[in-house]
Amino acid sequence: MNKIIKFSEAINQALDISMKRNKNVIILGLGVDDPKRIFNTTINLKEKFGENRVFDMPTAENGITGFALGASLKGFRPVISHQRVEFSLLSMEQIINQAAKWNYMNGGQMSVPLVIRLIIGRGWGQGPQHSQSLESIFAHIPGLKVISPANPYDAKGLLISSIEDNNPVIFFEHRWLHDTLGRVPEKYYKVSIGNAKVIARGSDLTIVSNSFMTFEVMKSLDILKKYKISPEVIDLRTIRPLDKTTIIKSVKKTKKLLVVDNGWISFGISSEIISTVSEQCSNILKSKPSRVGINDSPIPSTRALARHCYPGPNEILKATCKMLNKKISKKDLKILPLNKTDVPDKLFKGPF
Amino acid sequence: MNNLINLYKEILRIRSIENKISYEYPKGEMRCPVHLSTGQEATPVGICKNLKNTDLIVSAHRSHAHYLAKGGNLKKMISELYGKITGCAKGKGGSMHLIDIKAGIIAAVPIVGSTIPIGTGLAWANKLKKNNKIVVIFFGDAATEEGVFQESLDFASLHKLKILFVCENNFYSVYSSLNPRQSKKRDIIKLSKSLGINSYRIDGNDVIKVFNNSKKIIKNIRQNKGPALVLLDTYRWLEHCGPNNDDNLNYRSKKEIKYWLKKCPLLKIEKILINKGLLTENLITKFKKEIDKKIQDAFTFARRSPFPKLNELNRDIYSK
Repeated sequence: MNKIIKFSEAINQALDISMKRNKNVIILGLGVDDPKRIFNTTINLKEKFGENRVFDMPTAENGITGFALGASLKGFRPVISHQRVEFSLLSMEQIINQAAKWNYMNGGQMSVPLVIRLIIGRGWGQGPQHSQSLESIFAHIPGLKVISPANPYDAKGLLISSIEDNNPVIFFEHRWLHDTLGRVPEKYYKVSIGNAKVIARGSDLTIVSNSFMTFEVMKSLDILKKYKISPEVIDLRTIRPLDKTTIIKSVKKTKKLLVVDNGWISFGISSEIISTVSEQCSNILKSKPSRVGINDSPIPSTRALARHCYPGPNEILKATCKMLNKKISKKDLKILPLNKTDVPDKLFKGPF
Repeated sequence: MNNLINLYKEILRIRSIENKISYEYPKGEMRCPVHLSTGQEATPVGICKNLKNTDLIVSAHRSHAHYLAKGGNLKKMISELYGKITGCAKGKGGSMHLIDIKAGIIAAVPIVGSTIPIGTGLAWANKLKKNNKIVVIFFGDAATEEGVFQESLDFASLHKLKILFVCENNFYSVYSSLNPRQSKKRDIIKLSKSLGINSYRIDGNDVIKVFNNSKKIIKNIRQNKGPALVLLDTYRWLEHCGPNNDDNLNYRSKKEIKYWLKKCPLLKIEKILINKGLLTENLITKFKKEIDKKIQDAFTFARRSPFPKLNELNRDIYSK
């Protein structure tokens, strides 16, 4: 049975199903059993699986990552949840020095099946330390896998795959996606790690994006259509290992590439994708590759400035038209009222 | 009686292995940083003699004595130092990543303090799996300055995990003495007790004291009386990293060095055993001969072993 459910519910289903299927799956993190249940993603788990499977933890991010790593060596499959990406920075030592290298540095004798869920914040004045999209920092590290789904179906299937994977997986969830809806089978299914997906077929250019930016790209399709632009849209879904094949195949067809990055432009995902395309098929490109992404500054709290940090349909339209030499009519660039720039849509009432 | 002789023999064995590494190292074939345990053998020997094979240990950068005392394979260790495929980590870890799962040696890492939470996690898993295994976490005085030390003791206490935290205080972090690192008012035992951990200070160079005290402490842990910490004062004889003595750099006073050399853990038990009539010159020679033979075999094995082939480079980055 397929039902239309929220992204957050899809995450919850993935956790629930994984815990049901394997008694070694344990859930931990500050607040996983608190009244808000990590934005409802861990709802009902403690009630169903008990206090020996779902653990509220001390506010000790590096420590708990080590505890989870240690438990994973003895057969457990821990899932850590952080309510914001930034808290994981306190545990970079355990993630990068230990978990990512564990299997390699012992010559393949013991691996670390560990999932770390990181939630990217945005809007309502989140400010510099509650809004960072740091996928590329983790994706830089051999030994880690990095996942970043854009819709409920992929979120569920990829989280199940991540929990069943024998390696440390960093699983990004954009807070503004949590309330988005999608059709999701109730049953167990997997979406395989390492495969991007062509979510719109087209021939004029290839647009590559991930996470909430994929959502923004899809929102832009109508206006692009008005300009008779038919893009091929690729949702990365997995950042590392990067599905180069799907990207190259599409670029070979469209001969143009735009990357809409969920994070900062410099040294990020867009840099990696454009480098890959340049190395493998720059000779067939009909125009310079282009990218849009988050402004190269910390993201300020005030909505008056934060609104200028994020690309949206306007920036996507501008970048696309520039690449295809089309003129944009000013009336198609919609300027949102200020108080609509810091919330995902009118239905979204927080918590942030 | 047998126990005492075994303690002696084990210290002698570890001392001889470290001496051999120290002797061979300048030839330039063991090309990885080594942090030798010379002078610090009593702690691991006294503690590990109270452990079962199924108990687990984790360690840090100065891990040779821990690995050996817990029963780690000597040939694989030496091969690892030589960077050979026959090493305990196929040459991918080096001296700072010794591992022997069969012997219960789960990990050693050089980032100070980092195995403290990992060891805590192993003990947490043991508790969730309801087994009676103990985890011993070896670390140094500097590791108690790291945040994860407190984070892990807190969690161990909260969940009443079966862990023995072993702090070997050799008074130095590389060249830095305790003075610039820790307040004079700071007391590791008090710190640890305040987190609900049973805590004890023991002479770390007296293997009989370490053995007898840790025997009781480990028994209590096994009987679920809560995690414990032992603080053992000891001294490293050689440089922080490498095969040599670097006391010409004058970072340690001559008086201090003299005091600790006199407290040599090997001579201490040797004297006791001779006085008791349990040990003779002949017996010592016999032990040394047996030990040297095994060491020689291990070095020959390591030298003759092949390096890993190129196809190992990208293997094991991910587990299947």
